[in-house]
Amino acid sequence: LPRPPPAAAGSCSVGQCGHRAYAPPAERKRFYQNVSISQGEGGFEINLDHRKLKTPQAKLFTVPSEALAIAVATEWDSQKDTIKFYTMHLTTLCNTALDNPTQRNKMQLIRAAVKFLETDTVCYRVEEPPALAELQKNEWDPVITWAEKRYNVTIGSSTSILGPNIPASTKETFVSHLASYNMWALQGIEFVITQLKSLILSMSLIDRHITVEKAVLLSRLEEEYQIQRWGNVEWAHDYDLCELRARTAAGTLFVHLCSESSTVKHKLLQD
Amino acid sequence: MAALGAPLRTLRALLRELRQAAGRSYRDSPAYRHVLAAFRAHRVTTEKLCRAQQELHFQAATYLCLLRSVREHEALHREYHGRGERSPQEVAGLVGFRLPQQPGGK
Repeated sequence: LPRPPPAAAGSCSVGQCGHRAYAPPAERKRFYQNVSISQGEGGFEINLDHRKLKTPQAKLFTVPSEALAIAVATEWDSQKDTIKFYTMHLTTLCNTALDNPTQRNKMQLIRAAVKFLETDTVCYRVEEPPALAELQKNEWDPVITWAEKRYNVTIGSSTSILGPNIPASTKETFVSHLASYNMWALQGIEFVITQLKSLILSMSLIDRHITVEKAVLLSRLEEEYQIQRWGNVEWAHDYDLCELRARTAAGTLFVHLCSESSTVKHKLLQD
Repeated sequence: MAALGAPLRTLRALLRELRQAAGRSYRDSPAYRHVLAAFRAHRVTTEKLCRAQQELHFQAATYLCLLRSVREHEALHREYHGRGERSPQEVAGLVGFRLPQQPGGK
């Protein structure tokens, strides 16, 4: 029997009809047998049986990279009885890139990304407890040093509540560096930055200086410290950790797959 | 370059994750074939520190992290957060009541 939607905002119970007037259902049944990829005019498309996948705004779902299309198809194919949209991070990123629901242009995305530098996690230091301050120094200083060397900028760190004082030239350097990425890759970069709460960690990850696991660890450094001290709560800590890892990995992979060049092929053909 | 370990190890773990995600026909899935083809294509190289090889390895490690984390996250969700709300009958039963069958409270 269909129930009227509950008055208070809360998660719909699984197994009940998930339809509510103001939000799409979190899960729906898998309605397709086969997932395949085809190449169309705009790029690679995903086919669910004979139907072409569309974005939430009903545009045709096309991606520029075959590897990305394969990964998205794998996401759709690995859904079992119900489609769990919250696990399909690459699909979500592609939908965001295609629909651009926040309607931001390239410069607005770049400015939003660089703005994070003012409150970058790795630049915000505590003074106590001393063990945590020491841990932050040992783990975060090397990343800042790497970024300063790699981009030839001054960043520094701060224990003040106002955060570090980032010179305008540093911001401009990052703005012009990010401008070299295309719109799709930028959506991915901005996503990773919002997940990790740090521009420096995101650039370190995208430049392949650290792995996803390491970036997530550094982003959650204080949490990890508290977990070591007070104990781990699986249903909260591990849950958040896995979700953050999944999203960050998806964002990073998305950026790399959207900014690939075909120089690899040239090298192979030379032999 | 990030500390990644042996490419073979990453490849094996990645193929294992794909097998878990796909089910019976994992060997025919486009992802499985694409990963194997990419690794084979990059095996033969004249340079010791081939940049393309490192980029591929990083990509593979990132994809492995994605698949693994999604699987673990889903498992945790099922275990701890997946049960949803109780029905009104169950809630009443918690304190020993039964819901009335007829309007008027009978």
